[in-house]
Amino acid sequence: MTERRERGAGSREQLAPGLDRRTFLRLGIASGATSIVAACGWDGGSGIRPALLSVSRLNDWVGEKILYSPTRLAPTYDPSRRSERLPHYFISRTMPLVRDPAAWRLVVDGLVERPLSLSLDDLIAMPRVSYTVKHHCVEGWSAVASWHGVPVSAIVDRCRPRREARCIAFTSFDDGYANGWDLASAMHPQTILAYGMNDNPLPAAHGAPLRLYAPTKLGYKMTKYLLGMTFTDRRPGGYWEDRGYPWFGGV
Amino acid sequence: MDPPAAAAPPERTIHHGPRLPVKRHHGLVRATHWLAFAVIVGMVSSGLQIYGAYARFGERGGPHYQPNPFQDTTFPAWARLGGWLAGALNWHFTLMWVLIAVGLVYVLYLAGSGEWRALVFRPRDLPGALEMAKYYLRLRADHPPQGKHNPLQKLAYSSIVLVGALAVLSGFAIYKPVQLAWLTTLFGGFQLARYWHFWTVWIFVGFLVTHVVLVFVVDPASLRAMVTGWYRGRFPSHD
Repeated sequence: MTERRERGAGSREQLAPGLDRRTFLRLGIASGATSIVAACGWDGGSGIRPALLSVSRLNDWVGEKILYSPTRLAPTYDPSRRSERLPHYFISRTMPLVRDPAAWRLVVDGLVERPLSLSLDDLIAMPRVSYTVKHHCVEGWSAVASWHGVPVSAIVDRCRPRREARCIAFTSFDDGYANGWDLASAMHPQTILAYGMNDNPLPAAHGAPLRLYAPTKLGYKMTKYLLGMTFTDRRPGGYWEDRGYPWFGGV
Repeated sequence: MDPPAAAAPPERTIHHGPRLPVKRHHGLVRATHWLAFAVIVGMVSSGLQIYGAYARFGERGGPHYQPNPFQDTTFPAWARLGGWLAGALNWHFTLMWVLIAVGLVYVLYLAGSGEWRALVFRPRDLPGALEMAKYYLRLRADHPPQGKHNPLQKLAYSSIVLVGALAVLSGFAIYKPVQLAWLTTLFGGFQLARYWHFWTVWIFVGFLVTHVVLVFVVDPASLRAMVTGWYRGRFPSHD
């Protein structure tokens, strides 16, 4: 029982600031008080949790190799269908801000023929994609918003990944928040590096100056406050992925 | 556990003395029955944990689908499995495969063995279902004669398989609303699919409670039959 309670406390620390802290805190206190039924908060323990995570990786494979289509487009909406508000979150204590936007660069490196360092103006000068799509959060909410930016495929064209490159690690200046992506998902025509939202420059709350956006993924896969794209030959981890959320995160 | 012979309906009075047990449930039926029970408890409890992450239905800023007696409800800890959202998702996305497998094995067994005939509710069962309903409502004193299952049981056991299929399909509609957009559209969109998925929970819970109550009140011998396969209760005939 004690062991279980300790584990429960550990997982409480890993909760998302965006996942309504108050609710989780209340749940945490409630589950601590009811130690007799502590097993009900059970994440599987050291015995079953690894098995559940193995199935999660199997589900990643099913999602990536069977259910995902590189050409199927997410439905788009008329801008009049935009939700009034799109919730946002970051893992830093305070909102991550770029001190000197002119000095900010997106660094593209790793297994590429041509490493890049791109300013916001460089990105804006590249091909542009804009759409109004539905955002799916792993929590279960959804909202419609418009985004514009440069397709990741255009960056790929420019940096020319080496043959062994299979994944991309997206890194940010939000306290180490990062995501790993498979190349096929990154090359989807609707996967973009967004510098604009709802016809305006990307707000700081939503990841300014640059964030990843893809209507084919759950929200937590779309790295905000981007710093770099590193091409790798193995699956890079990610902030939530390393804590137990599905790696593929496709919808 | 067996009720006294006097409680048996007149049609069955030929079974005087110690009843001979009859083989009622194939091992596959018993295995899938108890597995389904465990899996559904796991699916519901992990589902209630997942629900807590966003305890309402409808687009952000839009109207919320009603009725939902559980809007913004946090379910008690004893009813939830997984500890937090990711933990619950991992349970849910593991058990879903077991649920699908169990459902397929059960349905294929019924189809292959011909036992579906004793289970599937058909239009001709309607008059018998009304008689059974009268009996349960005390509008009729004696228990109508029945075979392995009475028409209301057939209705319940046929429907719950359909509800299971609905739970799986609406679940996939939520799981992959872009890749399986046709399915999600069939349920009326992502948020409505969540809504229907949630209602299948309460149908399962309602079924479970009714099922267990009726087993103990009407035919406790059927519980032993679902464990051992052998039935020695008051409705021994087989269709």
